[in-house]
Amino acid sequence: MSARTIFTRPARRASVAPYIWMVLFFLVPFGFVLKISLSQTAIAQPPYLPLFGLTDGIAGLKAAFAALSLDSFWLLVSDNLYIASYGRSLVVALVSTALLLAIGYPIAYAMARLPRRWQGVAMMLVIVPFWTSFLIRIYAWINILQHDGLLNQILLALHIVSAPVVWLSTDSAMYLGIVYSYLPFMILPLYATLAKQDGALLEAAADLGASRLVAFWRVTFPLSLGGVGAGVLLCFIPIVGEFVIPDLLAGSDSMMIGQTLWLEFFTNKDWPVASALAIVLLALLIVPLLVYDRLQRRALEAR
Amino acid sequence: MTTATDILPDAIAEAPLIVAAYPMPLLRVDGVSKKFGAFTAVDGLSLDIQAGEFFALLGPSGCGKTTLLRMLAGFETPDAGKILLDGEDIAAVLPHQRPVNMMFQNYALFPHLSVRDNIAFGLKRAALPKPEIAARVAEMVALVKLGGLEKRKPDQLSGGQKQRVALARALARRPQLLLLDEPLAALDKKLREETQAELMELQRRLGTTFVIVTHDQDEAMTMADRIGVMKDGRLEQVATPRQLYEAPASRWIAGFVGDINLIEGEVTLQDAHRLTVAAAGAGMLTVAEPKAPLPSRAICLAIRPEKIRLSRRAPTSAGGLNSIEGVVTEVGYLGGLSVYKVQLDHGATLRVALANTNRLDVDAYGVGQKVVAWFAPDDCVVLPR
Repeated sequence: MSARTIFTRPARRASVAPYIWMVLFFLVPFGFVLKISLSQTAIAQPPYLPLFGLTDGIAGLKAAFAALSLDSFWLLVSDNLYIASYGRSLVVALVSTALLLAIGYPIAYAMARLPRRWQGVAMMLVIVPFWTSFLIRIYAWINILQHDGLLNQILLALHIVSAPVVWLSTDSAMYLGIVYSYLPFMILPLYATLAKQDGALLEAAADLGASRLVAFWRVTFPLSLGGVGAGVLLCFIPIVGEFVIPDLLAGSDSMMIGQTLWLEFFTNKDWPVASALAIVLLALLIVPLLVYDRLQRRALEAR
Repeated sequence: MTTATDILPDAIAEAPLIVAAYPMPLLRVDGVSKKFGAFTAVDGLSLDIQAGEFFALLGPSGCGKTTLLRMLAGFETPDAGKILLDGEDIAAVLPHQRPVNMMFQNYALFPHLSVRDNIAFGLKRAALPKPEIAARVAEMVALVKLGGLEKRKPDQLSGGQKQRVALARALARRPQLLLLDEPLAALDKKLREETQAELMELQRRLGTTFVIVTHDQDEAMTMADRIGVMKDGRLEQVATPRQLYEAPASRWIAGFVGDINLIEGEVTLQDAHRLTVAAAGAGMLTVAEPKAPLPSRAICLAIRPEKIRLSRRAPTSAGGLNSIEGVVTEVGYLGGLSVYKVQLDHGATLRVALANTNRLDVDAYGVGQKVVAWFAPDDCVVLPR
């Protein structure tokens, strides 16, 4: 046995661990969901058919396989409700992510330019909201935004409006809630890339005739694209599937996919359609991940 | 380099020729000061640098040389004084508007841009037409011999290649004045020596004025026409490398530049351009009278190790020579040279460097050898204490 195999053996064993994790907690449940999505609803427990079992032997399994169908997926395509939900989810996620980037970038930039000892404090301030339960913070927003809530009281007191404004159950309230909740996920990766940038690069840019603005666009921003990508993905993907914030803050006239899924699963008890919704959502979300991965790999190859 | 070998010893203390050739300085630093909090980095410093000159700012770390360079580049604003470039005060001109470029210590290459785009960066900011940019980039690539590497990113370059890109990038805008902050510090010794020669070649060919900051005196001595030695924010001496070495202006300079023996003494007799000095631990010595009048009789003698000879017996034609008896206590063999430590009978210790001119030197001095150390009066520098 060569020395090489001796040394790599424990490493190889350890490298299997994440795969076991993936199989147990992702692939196996995914298999269940996929199977349910190919089933039919039934008034039964569980509420779908066919069921796989060994009671009828091989013939039973064959019959169960034959009973699987793509009906649920056809339903998703044929009913505008679902397509509208997906569309709304993507639009909300896109708009929110754009807002988050527009707000988060300047904050991260300012943090990275603070004196070293203040950067830690700023970081704490960004993270502090996590110490309170997410739900409580959203309920607090309901309180602030409601008819006689704090926001309307202030606006009235300052004579900016003459009558209370309807904030709750609007898209504005939902975007506010999403931006508020996801801002740290945008700021932290951006701050990480901006803080490690070498200040000498900006001096070099200035020395070569670049004004501050040009230096930002030609040097700082392109070098922060890794952080931008990470922040955008960290926000975009969970926002697409967001359920709580639109459910509590947005109006009920249009739903995001998370809400539709909840409806199908709990109210309509249509597990196959709910599962099909989840699988299509997953397929949609894999696209941006693949794009990001491709870009990352290209960046690595360029090194 | 017009200095060193072609200047006669008599001319050592004279003003360098280059100053006479260019009466109008390209750069005039006039009484410039810079403080950081309570720390004075640059203290009322004045300096003229001529067009086409290769000037080195030399000094220990914290002496203010980098701060001075950064003020020339525009990254720091002087608290007091003027910086005149071609007669115009540029103290308030922003860095991106100065006809001055800088090569940064760790190169500060833009990691996301290729070699070509790094070099073109300054040209694009100058809004030159595209064909002109392409032509200048090609010219720079050829100048620093980077052909074939134009598409590489800085991460794919060796240290020496990065250094060339940084140089090309700084030169691309054809600055009147190029500032180089420790340009060779990140290179290994062999590459550093090659690059020194290339930098000198390039500077002579382009005629650009170079101001280099370095803590490496060999680098400054090799490359520069003149050297400004800084200490505590002030210029201790501005001189050609030869003047600096052979005629240091102060005891500190003598000790800072190269290896030297410093012996304190008292002038006992002064006549016919000769001083007789009672030297501590070295007996009575005769030395040449310095040009500048001495402020007091208490002086310091400075003599370079290679100016001292050794022999087993006192030299026969000892007329006017100083010869002192002693014992070799240490021998350091350095290849080309051997450095001997000689304990003088009067008490002081001298370092003596002798060239190993014979391969089979059966006659070399060993530890414990009684020797006579001798040197000419002119080889000793007299400095105020």
